[in-house]
Amino acid sequence: MSETHPSQDLPEEDGQQSRAPHRVIGTPPPAQARTLLGEAPGSPVPEPPRELPAGPDNPATAKTAEKVVAACFILSMLASIGFIAAYVGLEVHSVDATLRSNLALGLSMSVAFLAMGVGATIWVRSIMPNVEQVEERHVLASSETEREAFTKTFTEGAEASGFVKRPLLRRTLIAASVPLAVAPLVVLRDLGPLPGTSLRHTVWRNGTRMVVYGPDTPLRAADFSIPGQMITVAPEGYTENQDVLAKAVTIIIKFAPGVLVPNRPGQPGTIMNWTVDNIVAYSKICTHVGCPVALYEQTTHHILCPCHQSTFDATNGAQVLFGPAPRPLPQLPIGVDSEGFLIAKSDYHEPVGPAFWELG
Amino acid sequence: MSTTTGKILGGTGRYLDDRLHGARGLRTFLRKIFPDHWSFLLGEIALYSFIILLLTGTFLTLFFQPSMTDVVYHGSYTPLDGVHMSQAYASTLDISFDVRGGLLMRQIHHWAAILFVAAIVCHLLRVFFTGAFRKPRELNWVIGVVMFTLAFTEGLFGYSLPDDLLSGTGLRILEGVLLSIPIVGTYLSFFLFGGEFPGHDIIPRLYVIHILLIPALLLALISAHLFLMFHQKHTQMPGKGHTDANVVGQPMYPYFMAKTGAWFFFIFGVTALMSTFAQINPIWIYGPYNPSGISAGSQPDWYMGFLEGALRMWPSWHWNVGGYSFAFNVFLPALVPLGVLITGLAVWPFLEQWITGDRREHHVNDRPRNAPTRTALGMAGVTFYGIMWLEGANDIVSRFLNISLYLTTEIARYAIFIGPVVAYWVTKRICLGLQRKDNHLLEHGVETGIIRQLPNGEYVELTKPVSEEMRAVLASRAERPQIEAPDGDDVPAARGPVGKLRGSLNRVLTENIPLPHGNGHGNGHGNGHAAEPTAVTAGDAHPDGPEPADGDGAGA
Amino acid sequence: MSWITALRRRPAAGYAVVLLGLVTIGVGYGALTTPGSPASAATPGTVSPQTLAAGQELFVKTCATCHGMNAQGTSLAPSLVGVGAAAVDFQMSTGRMPGKDIGPEMDRKPVTFTPAQIHAIADYVASLGGGPTIPSAAQVSTAGANTALGQSLFITDCAQCHNFDGAGGALTYGKFAPALTESTPTQIYEAMLTGPEAMPVFSDTTITPAQKRDIIDYITRLRAEPNPGGFSLGRIGPVTEGLVGFIGGIGVLVFLALWITMKRRES
Repeated sequence: MSETHPSQDLPEEDGQQSRAPHRVIGTPPPAQARTLLGEAPGSPVPEPPRELPAGPDNPATAKTAEKVVAACFILSMLASIGFIAAYVGLEVHSVDATLRSNLALGLSMSVAFLAMGVGATIWVRSIMPNVEQVEERHVLASSETEREAFTKTFTEGAEASGFVKRPLLRRTLIAASVPLAVAPLVVLRDLGPLPGTSLRHTVWRNGTRMVVYGPDTPLRAADFSIPGQMITVAPEGYTENQDVLAKAVTIIIKFAPGVLVPNRPGQPGTIMNWTVDNIVAYSKICTHVGCPVALYEQTTHHILCPCHQSTFDATNGAQVLFGPAPRPLPQLPIGVDSEGFLIAKSDYHEPVGPAFWELG
Repeated sequence: MSTTTGKILGGTGRYLDDRLHGARGLRTFLRKIFPDHWSFLLGEIALYSFIILLLTGTFLTLFFQPSMTDVVYHGSYTPLDGVHMSQAYASTLDISFDVRGGLLMRQIHHWAAILFVAAIVCHLLRVFFTGAFRKPRELNWVIGVVMFTLAFTEGLFGYSLPDDLLSGTGLRILEGVLLSIPIVGTYLSFFLFGGEFPGHDIIPRLYVIHILLIPALLLALISAHLFLMFHQKHTQMPGKGHTDANVVGQPMYPYFMAKTGAWFFFIFGVTALMSTFAQINPIWIYGPYNPSGISAGSQPDWYMGFLEGALRMWPSWHWNVGGYSFAFNVFLPALVPLGVLITGLAVWPFLEQWITGDRREHHVNDRPRNAPTRTALGMAGVTFYGIMWLEGANDIVSRFLNISLYLTTEIARYAIFIGPVVAYWVTKRICLGLQRKDNHLLEHGVETGIIRQLPNGEYVELTKPVSEEMRAVLASRAERPQIEAPDGDDVPAARGPVGKLRGSLNRVLTENIPLPHGNGHGNGHGNGHAAEPTAVTAGDAHPDGPEPADGDGAGA
Repeated sequence: MSWITALRRRPAAGYAVVLLGLVTIGVGYGALTTPGSPASAATPGTVSPQTLAAGQELFVKTCATCHGMNAQGTSLAPSLVGVGAAAVDFQMSTGRMPGKDIGPEMDRKPVTFTPAQIHAIADYVASLGGGPTIPSAAQVSTAGANTALGQSLFITDCAQCHNFDGAGGALTYGKFAPALTESTPTQIYEAMLTGPEAMPVFSDTTITPAQKRDIIDYITRLRAEPNPGGFSLGRIGPVTEGLVGFIGGIGVLVFLALWITMKRRES
């Protein structure tokens, strides 16, 4: 790779010298400067040669192109006017009207822009003369002289400031800056409360009724008696509170007798004491990253989370069968109250949702 | 130019120049040369998309309400009449159905965001595969990687603002990811959300970050990026007369200004066309966010897809010890692929410089085939990213291509390792094969399509030598010298384990087919004079004999 | 040389043809993947001895091979005792039954029986063991429905399988929750009531008939809504949007970039 000439300090005319045609001694000067009788005294200094041609390469093509470009610009103008007309003339306030308005506004805007783009492109390609120019690069590194001059200025300034020779000044300045820099971080403390133990509990308590989420009506066990049923339930009184729902929302599933696998010491399974009449309740918050896990397949008894496909076995204490979830869905102890409505018998016995550091 | 216009322009110019000393600087600027190649316009797609985002975004801020206060909807979208939702969601519905041009602005904003990140990726790949990140442009590359990270973060926060079911699920996943971080996870989550999920603070906070903080950072970085590009001048593709000491092309004024102006209009036009005919982010179909609801086929926007895929394919590794949980199954997929990608990208220029020992300035780009190892590594990276991206959509793939759901995840778990290796090997072979093809063209010329019958009845096709322009491109395979031991006292270092590693990496990275001797003039029989088409008979042996296996020497 | 031939010889011609092909495919795909329109509901007939006899005859000819002569079930197919007329009507009016390929999932297929024949079979099966009845037209009418409640219930209990737009979704082992685009109100009601295949049961005591009507109202309104933003791209979501963005957006822009920077022909 060839070395470029090192740049001069403060060149007089930037770039002009590299553009002027090099002349070997003996070559006559450019034609413009010559006269038949040689240069007359007082004749004007020759004009520098043109860098860019004045007109297009092919005037005939350029003339047609000019008409095409003009047509594009006129089209664009009409489209922009059309945009304004469509905005003024077309109302929204219904889905159909929005469709029409979007179509009219969008189409006119697209045509306005695209026509400008097409016109400008044809202008450059067919009307502007084709040129190819060369610009010399300068080596980016500064010359040694310049670098030394810089170093000298910098060092002199450092010495004059006393920063280098006076450690007491330097150290106390740094010591002063540190807490100043830390302060903006400290004032962010009140962004939120400390987590404490709030992630370990939900609002379910002994006697909290389960309501069908949506109609928010309590549910009798007797009304949930067909094997294969599943529904989403929430604690009564909290169905408007999203912070509560984000941990407390629960699914209940009804099984035929003998299908649920009871847990035994040392073996996972469904805790039968926490079920009512083969109705079992699991947390709807996936233990992976917290999506609602509600895809229940009646035939396979799998509960599938649609986010990352963690799969839990509903008959077997929601053990993890596949996917990235690390632990089963917590089971909620349920019972019935005096009127036969499904209730929780206590809170979940372990935290619901994604694992966190203090989970244990 | 009429005299009046000339007078006004001249007068204004003089007024400003009196105060700014601008004539010389502005003249340099106007005469600046911009090389022409279609792939140099990819970065501008990102730039102009950003401007479109600023313009449409400002429109949206005039109507959007970043509040999570519960309201009941009674607007024009009747299927949601009477539904409880946040004000953010309700105001987005109002923008869509009750503000003229609102839906168009929302769609342009979102399509422009999609194009913004897509263009950054395409531009990044172009710069990588052409080696345009080499000295002196390493700093610009790092700025670009930072902007890439900011861009997809900005997109994530932006599409979460309407507080719909789809993007709200994404925020839920974000909370789960934060919780999984050891020691500080719960604190980070509670500080970001202002308490438990979802709380009332996340949307207004994301709003501030999305409309103020990140755009300000991006504007500053874009300015730095463009300034560096101007100051160092743009790179150029190999070609006749293109050297490391010049830049060949057309001047800024009027050519590049006109072309970049046209490009801006095209980008805006295509974005507007997409926003007219392709519905995007129809939040009214998704419904307002509710932590008890979820949809099958929930994905984030495409640029977050690789993180989603990582979460899906990771096994359920976790470790509970001493009352604490290490949720490897969450924070590893969330942080490791992202960390590998961003760190790998950011350090690559420096790593390549260490391996090749090449400290020269580079202003002529590599053709990707002429840097086979780098190109192959790039394709391996693309494959790594792409497999995670596909896995992020695995339930859609399963549903529409009828592949069992679990099988897609099982395949992804193996493909993530095997895929990049296969991609590396295949790409490298293709690059080396293309280099041989270039050699063939240089030596034997281009087929002319003219068939001539020889006196003995045999048919031959005439070839002619390649044009000067093409020869400059084909022969642009740069010398890749092996690392010399710099200064005698460094030689012992080259014998240590790191030095040995560097040596072997150097040999791999600089593997190339050498250029043909004689640099391609003539028809391969060494006559060196290319005057007219000459016949080349079938079965012509390679004039250089068998090709060397390991090419780190110079071509002619 | 005609002007077409001259144009064909330009270097840009190849790119232009590819671009035209891509655009045609893209627009065609977009137009074709818009959801279809729902079919009309079937009305239940009345039970008479002739209907039962006709039903039994049809049952023996069509269903007994797999389900057993008395619908008691065989190794090939489950028992139909107690499934009710609603289940039979759902399965047959959607064409899922008579089943052809025994796979993880029975797909919706073209219906091979008339509504009268289906009702006859349904009544016969119901006579064997009872079960949910076919809902009447009034029971599935959405007049006066509470759409907001329907939306809430749909998102909470249906969308996780069927997708918020009713586009369907993947289940395990090759099963999938089907799209709801072609389901009639009666079929939706029956599906909720009987829990076909992997779908859970939503009995009338858990989701009341009125609430079922609310859900049906939301579904039918949702799918009848036009797409104001343009082609729906299947209403699948960000996956298709990303594909369109790359292939449509970046693809078209690359062609335009090629045009802007192409070397000019020396004239």
